[in-house]
Amino acid sequence: MIELAGLTKRYGDKVAVDRLTFAVRPGIVTGFLGPNGAGKSTTMRMILGLDHPTAGDVRIDGRHYAQLTDPLTYIGALLDAKAVHGGRSAYNHLLCLAQSNGIPKRRVAEVLDTVGLTAVARKKAKGFSLGMGQRLGIAGALLGDPRILMFDEPVNGLDPEGIHWIRNLMKSLAAQGRTVFVSSHLMSEMALTADHLVVIGQGRLLADTSMPDFIRENSRSYVRISSPQRERLLDVLHEAGITVVEAGGGVLEVDGGKAEQIGELAARHGIVLHELSPQQASLEEAFMQLTAESVEYHAHADPGAAAREWGTGWKGA
Amino acid sequence: MTAVQIIRSEWTKIRSVASTVWTLSLAVVVTVALGMLISALSRNQFDSMPVRDRLAFDPTFVSFAGMSLGQLAMIVFGVLVVSNEYSTGMIRVSLAAVPRRATFLFSKIAVAAALALAVGMCMSFAAFFLGQAMLGPHAARIGDPGVLRAVLGGGLYMTLIAVFSMGVAAMLRSPMLSLGILMPFFFLISNILGNVDATKKIGRFLPDQAGSRIMRVVPGLGDDTPYGPWGGLGIMVLWVIAALAGGYLLLRRRDAQ
Repeated sequence: MIELAGLTKRYGDKVAVDRLTFAVRPGIVTGFLGPNGAGKSTTMRMILGLDHPTAGDVRIDGRHYAQLTDPLTYIGALLDAKAVHGGRSAYNHLLCLAQSNGIPKRRVAEVLDTVGLTAVARKKAKGFSLGMGQRLGIAGALLGDPRILMFDEPVNGLDPEGIHWIRNLMKSLAAQGRTVFVSSHLMSEMALTADHLVVIGQGRLLADTSMPDFIRENSRSYVRISSPQRERLLDVLHEAGITVVEAGGGVLEVDGGKAEQIGELAARHGIVLHELSPQQASLEEAFMQLTAESVEYHAHADPGAAAREWGTGWKGA
Repeated sequence: MTAVQIIRSEWTKIRSVASTVWTLSLAVVVTVALGMLISALSRNQFDSMPVRDRLAFDPTFVSFAGMSLGQLAMIVFGVLVVSNEYSTGMIRVSLAAVPRRATFLFSKIAVAAALALAVGMCMSFAAFFLGQAMLGPHAARIGDPGVLRAVLGGGLYMTLIAVFSMGVAAMLRSPMLSLGILMPFFFLISNILGNVDATKKIGRFLPDQAGSRIMRVVPGLGDDTPYGPWGGLGIMVLWVIAALAGGYLLLRRRDAQ
């Protein structure tokens, strides 16, 4: 369990993280989503006690990071795959981390095997590809067999096989009852792995919701219609009490899943349809709309307004 | 989390990078080889020296002549041990593993200092004995008054130079910046300040000028240095403490990057 309470980080005038309050719970994968520069990495660094918060508090299982005895056995993190001394071998990199936290030496071989780096364990890290670097970073996170795992953009630079591997790894870690907190700037990636979503933009909390709720509330479904007898169709739909939006190019859109009803109406009135297709707005669009609003709100004077309004603003969009 | 764990970890770090081996061996080779060369030259020129130079001839100190150059490699060692963490980004991984800043920094420095001490002592004894062999009839013996103190002092001096560099690197973080300040300072500026009359009085309180006093057995003629060999080393220790304190305070205050 990771708990943030009003966590804030300011660099001069710029607010990187703005009063974040949320909890990351065990047993599920929690996605930490936001556009680049939203403050995800800064938040994660504060969780690990690397950056000092300007205000607020963050606790790991009720304690501050610096109070943890052998912290790698509580929380393992991959922040930056390149944060390795290039002249040191993968084995020695993990060995020095293990020794610092009293983790037995055999764990080094175990995690190297888990991430598939056993064959290059004695090779210097500077020869590693980005994907191998990510795997080494993940090995470091798993080293202490921690109950909490945190990954910052773990799929960056990975090939499809590696991405697939990381997704499965995160799901299996959560299935073992661990807390898994993973950041991404890709909604599509989160939709595949996360059970719960925390969305931030401009350092502010925009959403803290379960993945199914997010999908339900944000994926707008509608019906696309085009017809040579557009005016007649509009009249018929209007009489039936169906609201129509003109989408441009002669295309009409009707909210909700009413394709059958519209088809039957058109047939009854003898109207020719060239297109009648149910559509689903992507989660990516919903996410972009959500974070775009955070940018827009940013210009307003009252910072509380953004927090109050996002709930209504994006649900209706 | 015990200090033993962290020290073991830091030892793994220091022994697993190539820069440790090449900086320390370079320091030994340069110091000993240059010391031997200068000793051999001094032997040949001894008879043509003016009397006052012959009276002040300090065979022990002559055999340490290579240290002024060898210490530069020791500075590189000290700087790299600390700044490697920053230049590679490893600092974030290291501090996530060892969140207590004091434990982290001082364990690292303890390990590096112990290694520098071991190498520095070997270097100092090697430079002395090989240098004396080159000096032939003008050689000092290890049992002569003050000689053992000077030789042990040479090892301590090299260790303190390395630790001072670690403290400076902890403050500045960047290896290029640290070396760019320390190398010219110890190779040029300190010498200039110590030899120009106007600045001599200040120059001799600089870490290397004060610390190297311990390696002299025969003080120069008209030597009016206001401190003795151990006093000089004490001044150097104060510099080292100041550098380490600065490094620690900045590490504690700054975000890890």
